[in-house]
Amino acid sequence: MEAELVIDRIACDGYGMCAELLPEIVGLDDWGYPIVRPGPIPDSLLGHARSAVEVCPVLAVRLRQAGAAGTRR
Amino acid sequence: MTLTSTRPDPSATHTGTAFARRASASQTSTRLLAGPPAVAGAESLFDHRARLGPLPGRVATQLIPVLERSGLLGRGGAGFPVGRKWRSVAERSEGRAVVLVNGAEGEPLSRKDRNLMAFRPHLVIDGAVLAAAAVGADAIVLYVGAEHASARAALTRAVAERTRELAVPIQLVAAPVGYVSGEESAAVHFVNAGDPRPTNVPPRPHERGVHGRPTLVQNVESLAHAALIARHGDAWYRQAGLGDTPGTALLTVAGAVTQPGVREIQIGTPLGEVAAGAGATREGTRGILLGGYFGGWAGVDEAWNLPLDPAVMRPRGFAFGCGVVSFLSPAECGVMATGRILDFMARSSAGQCGPCVFGLRAIADATHRLATGTPDPDDLARLERWSGEIAERGACRHPDGAVGFLRSGLRVFGDDFVRHQARRGCEARARTGTN
Repeated sequence: MEAELVIDRIACDGYGMCAELLPEIVGLDDWGYPIVRPGPIPDSLLGHARSAVEVCPVLAVRLRQAGAAGTRR
Repeated sequence: MTLTSTRPDPSATHTGTAFARRASASQTSTRLLAGPPAVAGAESLFDHRARLGPLPGRVATQLIPVLERSGLLGRGGAGFPVGRKWRSVAERSEGRAVVLVNGAEGEPLSRKDRNLMAFRPHLVIDGAVLAAAAVGADAIVLYVGAEHASARAALTRAVAERTRELAVPIQLVAAPVGYVSGEESAAVHFVNAGDPRPTNVPPRPHERGVHGRPTLVQNVESLAHAALIARHGDAWYRQAGLGDTPGTALLTVAGAVTQPGVREIQIGTPLGEVAAGAGATREGTRGILLGGYFGGWAGVDEAWNLPLDPAVMRPRGFAFGCGVVSFLSPAECGVMATGRILDFMARSSAGQCGPCVFGLRAIADATHRLATGTPDPDDLARLERWSGEIAERGACRHPDGAVGFLRSGLRVFGDDFVRHQARRGCEARARTGTN
């Protein structure tokens, strides 16, 4: 499955762990909140992406099938 | 701003002055506002039915395809096709859907929704009753801005006039004051839990809304058009409109004009014609705010001949939005005017999502520093960067609207922003002779 990273923007408190684990996909803005590069995550990074989901202290990160309609990045 | 019938303007062939009785020549442009003038107050049920006739029987089940053929677009700001929206609720309703009539009108410059509710309450309720029958709803919620006192009074009276005939109960809910409380997921959240903040989507309201049921959230003007389409048909609706998008629309005209207020136009009427009808001139205009705070600025040269039609405006980067057209006077600074609105947008954040809470505040503060001649060295550069970094990073589209508005300011008043960043003074102040 082609996966992409989704942030729950209401839950996110800007801990920044996702950016630390997955700098290829997640950057941080000037206030420490994630900016996610759109598009599917390369297979080589999927392990790190799963870690990012697991370590987020507020459970704001999840993986979903790339291109799913009706949701926001 | 008041809603008054003003003296007729012979040049305004495509615009209907608010609630004034008009000659037959303007009948294709004056539909929602046809009938007695605003000074007559809220139209009673008796007068409403005498003027328009009763709602046609057995129309409900066939109304969705009629609305689809009519080309009616939602008037809350997003412009989503009304027929398609009703269908998406009807497909899921199993007779238990909810119709949430959105009269929150939190847009600061807009007046058209509250005026429609205050003077034509039965047209709005007709639309809600038809929607409930068409989508299969067993409850109607009128969600009306708490500050819109005459609208709420008119609707309360109007519901009372119909009590004995209502097939579906109608509840009036006061929407909390605030820009974001009219956002559809926020409206549903408030009705369900008393919390007027947007929620994560999906699920969208048409999937799971009020009390967990499929919910049609529809702006009051959209419903009023639907009530007329049910009576006169989709072909009648399409007789109005000068370009690709059929029908008429309510505008709120504001700012540097001699006759501000609500009026009805055929969609596709050129902006310059609306300007002329309201007493705005090209020389007396520095820029035009189109579509409200969720829309953006347009320059005078690019906008004066622009047809007010979403199908024309959207590809060119302009918003029809909720129908606000506001003229900025040359005596006012574009940077200052942009900063004022950005400050409002920052204060209006529901305070849930970091990029919105911090980003909009930072954008508003930087613009304020530029406007007041005290910029940090990199304020303009940061504004340009932030304008591309914040959109689509909130649960709702409030931050998207704010940065879209910022981008329009940077584009239309770009020279002024550069001049303010370089501390070379303000063109508007130089022009008016103040320092």
